Amino acid sequence: MKKFINKTDDFIIDSLKGFAKAHDDIVALNLDPIFVTRKEINPNKVLLVSGGGSGHEPLHTGYIGKGMLDVACPGHVFTSPTPDQMIAAVEKCQPKSGILFIVKNYSGDVMNFEMASEMIEFENQTVLTNDDAAVINSSYTTGRRGVAGTLIVEKVVGSLAEEGGDLSSCKQLGDRVNHHCSSIGVALSSCTIPAAGKPTFDIGVDEIEFGVGIHGEPGRKREKIKMANHIVEDMVSAILKDFDEKSLDLKDPNGIILLVNGFSGTPLSELYLIYQAVTEKLKEKQIQISRSLVGNYTTALDMAGASITMCLLDDEIKKHWDSSVLTSNLRWGY
Amino acid sequence: MANDFIIKCINSVVKTILNAEEEIESLDRAIGDGDHYINIKRGSIAVQSIESELATLTPDQAFKKIGMTIMTSVGGASGPLFASFFLALAKEVSGESNLQQFSKGFTSGVESIMNRGKSKLGDKTMLDVLIPVSKKLESLANEGCEIQKLIKEIDLVAMAGVMATKDMMPSKGRSAGLAERAVGHIDPGAKTCQIIISTVCKELKKIK
Repeated sequence: MKKFINKTDDFIIDSLKGFAKAHDDIVALNLDPIFVTRKEINPNKVLLVSGGGSGHEPLHTGYIGKGMLDVACPGHVFTSPTPDQMIAAVEKCQPKSGILFIVKNYSGDVMNFEMASEMIEFENQTVLTNDDAAVINSSYTTGRRGVAGTLIVEKVVGSLAEEGGDLSSCKQLGDRVNHHCSSIGVALSSCTIPAAGKPTFDIGVDEIEFGVGIHGEPGRKREKIKMANHIVEDMVSAILKDFDEKSLDLKDPNGIILLVNGFSGTPLSELYLIYQAVTEKLKEKQIQISRSLVGNYTTALDMAGASITMCLLDDEIKKHWDSSVLTSNLRWGY
Repeated sequence: MANDFIIKCINSVVKTILNAEEEIESLDRAIGDGDHYINIKRGSIAVQSIESELATLTPDQAFKKIGMTIMTSVGGASGPLFASFFLALAKEVSGESNLQQFSKGFTSGVESIMNRGKSKLGDKTMLDVLIPVSKKLESLANEGCEIQKLIKEIDLVAMAGVMATKDMMPSKGRSAGLAERAVGHIDPGAKTCQIIISTVCKELKKIK
């Protein structure tokens, strides 16, 4: 393992301190327990709280700020935060309009946020994100995983909360955006958790993991690498099939948000190459790309690979996607 | 049950967990996401670090303290599950706890894990060790089974439970994302529980 580390145990803290200092105009860091809030807390709006294991930066701390999240509780690398973090954070914020937790659908995150939700005295609801099409929903699974579509949920609901939407409308919109999102990822290499010191999974130099999760957890199949256009073709097919199964029509004139997300070990040039390949596929299918985002937005430490997320727009989702946002890692309209 | 025994078990469990690093980690690397061992290690060390405080408490207070410590230090899926176990166990035992009471507490702890994780027997999780152990423990305790025999039987049931996860199709926890590919692999959470139970059994053996 070759990483910029002082002490493995201090990895997250050292990184969060730097993050908070670099963006001290937007965020404030609390150390014991660990949570990050906006620098200026507005107790009157619905408080949007997210969190999860670290290692997916800029998710979630990088999306704190006007028009998006109020609070994020980072856990250890790829490990959900503990209930005391969420409890301390909301007690500091003293929200008067309730709390909406935005939680990616993993057993650990769900259980820790559930315990927090039971233990706090403020009114609260939870949106569970599960946009990953790789893991098929059936009675044999805890459901699908929450991946890059989460940031679209955070952006859109963040806008509604900012303009004064109440808790139940925020919850409803969050659930709808999640339903309108579908993602699939491919890994070219493993990631390495600092505390583990070695790669999370073994993968041959000529292999890819199709349907990988954002922790390097296996997906649908291991296969030989092939031309990018062909990999993208499989990815787009998986997503389109998912929308079919959800009975959502992507040919809607509102079009889609197309997010090509890097896991952080793949250069931007390759992400744009993927974007180009997706646009060609979608043109064939007469699906309109109305909004685009390309970059490292939901990462998996140092994993090489990328995911594609499509979000079907409607008037309300489009309006809240376009509204101004001012966070350390997503900003427009200011 | 005295607190010095609980503390002895904690120290022994920490030692065993640290020695089992490679074994547990390779299981998690095969079908999990690689954070299980790190979380278990962090939790064990956190519990060990409150040893002196535990020494001053009654067993029920000690179990509660252990549960809260796990809840605020571990995270992941293991944190809330192990925490729920100890918090529920704490409610059942009292200052002067006997085996029957402890076995009731153990069962209530296991039920609490089932509720928190919304899982049952056969889901390829820690419960495939814990449910058979709790049932065996309760029935043997009610029969008034001799302690050395009880230890031996519990140890065997725990081992059978962990081996049974090998051929199961996962339906809960991260390995659910793997479906068929997880078949043939032992569940790391079940293995951790078996190691802990077997270590406590060894400590019990030393008493007589």
